[in-house]
Amino acid sequence: MDKMPKWADVALIPFLNLLIAFVLSGLVIFAIGENPFKALMTMIDGAFGSTYGWGYTLYYTTNFIFTGLAVSIAFKAAMFNIGGEGQAMIGGLGVGIACLFIPTVLMPHWTIALVFAMIAGAIFGAGWALIPAYLQAKRGSHVVITTIMFNFIATALMGYLLIGPLKLKGAQESASASFPDVTNLPTLHELLAPLGISFSKSAPANVSLFIALAMCVVVYLLMNRSRLGYEIRAFGESPTASVYAGISPTKIIIVAMMLSGAISGLMAINATMGQHERLILNAVEGAGFIGIAVALMGRNHPFGVLLAALLFGFLYQGGSELSLWSKIPRELIVVIQGLVILFTGALDNMVRMPVERMFIAAAKRKDA
Amino acid sequence: MDLFLTIIQIADSGLRLATPLLFACLAGLFSERAGIFDIGLEGKILVSAFMSAAIAAVTGSVWLGLLCGIFASISFSAVHGIASITFRGNQLISGVALNFLASGITVLAAQAWFSQGGRTPPLMGEGRFMPIELPFALGRSDAEAAGVPLRVLIDQANPIQQIYSEFISGHTILVYVALLMVPLSWFVLFRTRFGLRLRAVGENPAAVDTAGVSVIKLRYASMAIAGTLCGLSGVYLATGLGAGFIKEMSAGRGYIALAALIFAKWKPVPALGATFLFGLLEAIANRYQNIDLGGFVIPVQFMQALPYILTVVILAGFVGKSVAPKAGGQPYVKER
Repeated sequence: MDKMPKWADVALIPFLNLLIAFVLSGLVIFAIGENPFKALMTMIDGAFGSTYGWGYTLYYTTNFIFTGLAVSIAFKAAMFNIGGEGQAMIGGLGVGIACLFIPTVLMPHWTIALVFAMIAGAIFGAGWALIPAYLQAKRGSHVVITTIMFNFIATALMGYLLIGPLKLKGAQESASASFPDVTNLPTLHELLAPLGISFSKSAPANVSLFIALAMCVVVYLLMNRSRLGYEIRAFGESPTASVYAGISPTKIIIVAMMLSGAISGLMAINATMGQHERLILNAVEGAGFIGIAVALMGRNHPFGVLLAALLFGFLYQGGSELSLWSKIPRELIVVIQGLVILFTGALDNMVRMPVERMFIAAAKRKDA
Repeated sequence: MDLFLTIIQIADSGLRLATPLLFACLAGLFSERAGIFDIGLEGKILVSAFMSAAIAAVTGSVWLGLLCGIFASISFSAVHGIASITFRGNQLISGVALNFLASGITVLAAQAWFSQGGRTPPLMGEGRFMPIELPFALGRSDAEAAGVPLRVLIDQANPIQQIYSEFISGHTILVYVALLMVPLSWFVLFRTRFGLRLRAVGENPAAVDTAGVSVIKLRYASMAIAGTLCGLSGVYLATGLGAGFIKEMSAGRGYIALAALIFAKWKPVPALGATFLFGLLEAIANRYQNIDLGGFVIPVQFMQALPYILTVVILAGFVGKSVAPKAGGQPYVKER
């Protein structure tokens, strides 16, 4: 045997990577003079202790499922899309324009408004990924650099629109007018009430959660059961070999990046349409970047992404509760996020190599 | 105030704003020339800015702050090296991770240390780098002797003296160090054996290895240089340009430096030009909110986004092609 068993690859190594990241996070909390175990209890209680906590945890989870899936599709095509943040911002612009400017006559019900918003968000998000994708495919400009640049350009563009053309006249804030009532999505409270389940009224989790879950299935089927998905994976594994198989690199790069951008853009139905119900400056709140950690942790598999998104949803909500009840600032989650990316992404081999050696040694002993 | 003096003043603040970019851009130059992508410049600037400001605030010595800032930046470089050289991890992912780590840990540490909402106390006196008045430049002492404000004195001076006093003189020592780093980097990279090997490692590491030179050692050396230069960038930001650390004070400068590096086609002297251009853009955006060109208004956001837009245009190859070192981003695996 010259390989590890599959369970070690998909479960043991990610678990060890995470363990290191969390132990280090605990040490950071200890170093700033707080009790890591107490902090963890506060976070668990804040994220899962009430339906209010659950509502926020699931709201963040929904965001991270979208952005995590987006990053993972690009990863599958051997591309690193750091532009999820900008694509989600511009996706939000699309959603906002749909909600603000499509006459309400055409949108008699929120389901129809949601369809319009999803189309607009996906098109805008995909459009924002198109230029970096085209430049990568045709000009060989590195997609990492161009997507970073497009994040900044998106921030500037949104800043311009929200203090200029789209700003609500006479208002102090840099925000658009509120969307019409008909476009407001039902929250979990409204969805669960008919079933006799009481859920916090003020929590932002909404029907988008189910769309995110459906998206996991769609992405799974697309990547593993369709011709396009096969081509994307083949290109990602070996670009040269895939060319011999008749796969066009230009097509795959552009399609994979646009899919990635479209799914990032869909995040806006949760944040912009579901929660804020108007266009604001920072609706994305770094979710585009968390998508990177989520995709890495979830090993680019939709089910893994779902679990990782839930974990980060917990960290996000738990972290904000923690900052309310202790002296630990909210930025703790950024530290954890950094450590998770570092250990599951960049330092993966640090754990993988010794574990692999151990398994091989054990197998040899058995053979002898 | 006449137009000439205004232009000089913008150039003056452009030079100051270009300095952190220049340090970071040269850091990226050494790293990428050795074949290691470094999108962690941003994070290194940030940890260095925090450490230098924190130590300078506690000890009152800006020089101690400088040392500790550089040390912090080098330790981040070391992690990047371990991840991307020793464990052959993805260099881009490592850089992204370090940026997040820096962004979080600086606020956490600042809050635990000073409890001022994620900032350090304002630096005063010896805790900061002060402007240096070059000989024969008009400065505060001249103004006091003449009994008029310095503004008036400069206003009345001749154009050469205006350029000299406003633009060339009156910066902190780090600005001059940054300018000095440009010919120094050029000399090291293009006129020394070490530089030749460093560049070779970024183009064809296998050839360097065959010649019996350690690829690993050279790449770690480039990490150390990049860490030092990024450290200086952060130190200048917190103790020269600003007076203390503020949360997220690097504000994307690491990424603009990367953009400048592409703009400069991975060469030191053009790096000076590119960073100065981006510094000027920032200075103009700071000075004028919206620029009115007779009916057509350029919004300030456009000026802020211009460095990024220009970089994309350059990358697209419309204005001369910019080609990165060939082995960039690939971990080196020794043949057996």
